[in-house]
Amino acid sequence: MSERQITLEVLRYRPESESEPVFQSYSVPCQEEWVVLDALNYIKDNLDRTLSYRWSCHMAVCGSCGMVINDNPMLSCKAFLRDLPDHIRVEPLHNFPIERDLMVELDDFMDKLKSVKPYLIPDQPVAEEDGTYRQSSAQLKKYKPFAMCINCMACYSVCPQYGLNEGFVGPAALALAHRYNVDSRDQGRRAREDVVASNTGIWECTFVGACSEVCPKNVDPAAAIQQTKIASTVDYFKDLLMPGKRDKSGNAKQAAGDGA
Amino acid sequence: MARSNKPIVWGLFAAGGTVTAFFVPALMVVLGLAVPFGLLSPNDLSFDRVYGIVAHPLGRLILFGFITVSLWHAAHRTRTTVHDLGISNDGITMFICYGVAGLGTVLAAVFLLLL
Ligand code: SF4
Ligand code: FES
Repeated sequence: MSERQITLEVLRYRPESESEPVFQSYSVPCQEEWVVLDALNYIKDNLDRTLSYRWSCHMAVCGSCGMVINDNPMLSCKAFLRDLPDHIRVEPLHNFPIERDLMVELDDFMDKLKSVKPYLIPDQPVAEEDGTYRQSSAQLKKYKPFAMCINCMACYSVCPQYGLNEGFVGPAALALAHRYNVDSRDQGRRAREDVVASNTGIWECTFVGACSEVCPKNVDPAAAIQQTKIASTVDYFKDLLMPGKRDKSGNAKQAAGDGA
Repeated sequence: MARSNKPIVWGLFAAGGTVTAFFVPALMVVLGLAVPFGLLSPNDLSFDRVYGIVAHPLGRLILFGFITVSLWHAAHRTRTTVHDLGISNDGITMFICYGVAGLGTVLAAVFLLLL
């Protein structure tokens, strides 16, 4: 195994002692097959126990290790040193307030995920006797790519609209809404539109497309947003031309005789 | 949260994008390559022939649609680009961009009717 000496320039922020974040350099003896997270773990174990960052799975499934590495938001457990130069700059995700060192505040993102009603909203209860839904593989294929999101927030870190207006619901949450909207078991699109089709929802997006470029799971949030724009535009004109079709809650009216 | 009324302009923007993506390359091939390289004889694009196509009621209608949705596409794209650049005077931008597109729509209608 070959060893490589790498300089990691890490943005530090300790709110109890610093008013501004500052960079701190560490020289780390790295193995060729390491990822940036391994180098951070080496620092934590051997050089500086005060360094704070989040991680859990070390295999690109938990989504907690997102950070900006040499200006690109990535999962640090997927950022191989063999693809990077000897000098690496590591920063917390952009566009979020820093909580401490490489950790950012998650509350706003979590609230946004919740705001799009990310669960099945069926019109009818399950029809099958065993309590499950039937779904063909073609129906599954429609939403599966959008279900691969691991909430790493890399897309928010590069989204210029989120940078300009933090009220913007943002790529991952809108992709998540779309994931349910195009699920054959779900009829909740109209209920989601109050948030999704508002001025801070899909309409804030100007199709820059950076979110889809950085997504480590190939979710393609930009495509999800554009597809939602088409569906919402059709809904908008339907409501304009046939205003009686919806009740006050914004949901399509139930078929007659569907009381109880 | 109130639903946005952006679908109106976005609908025109999307239609304009789709239409120009299909027609502009074809126009470029015909006008920019086929005629100069002699693949089409200049007579194929003689004034009388082109006038015949454009002045036909269906021709006028298609041209009106093509011109207006392209204008609205450009207007909306310009508005969002101004926003992307961080210039936050959306009211003025909207007024100028959509004003030009609206004026273009009226002028296109007038000229095509007078043709
Ligand atoms: S859409 Fe992609 S980049 Fe955005 S949070 Fe999900 S996995 Fe991360
Ligand atoms: S540590 Fe879980 S995604 Fe990187």
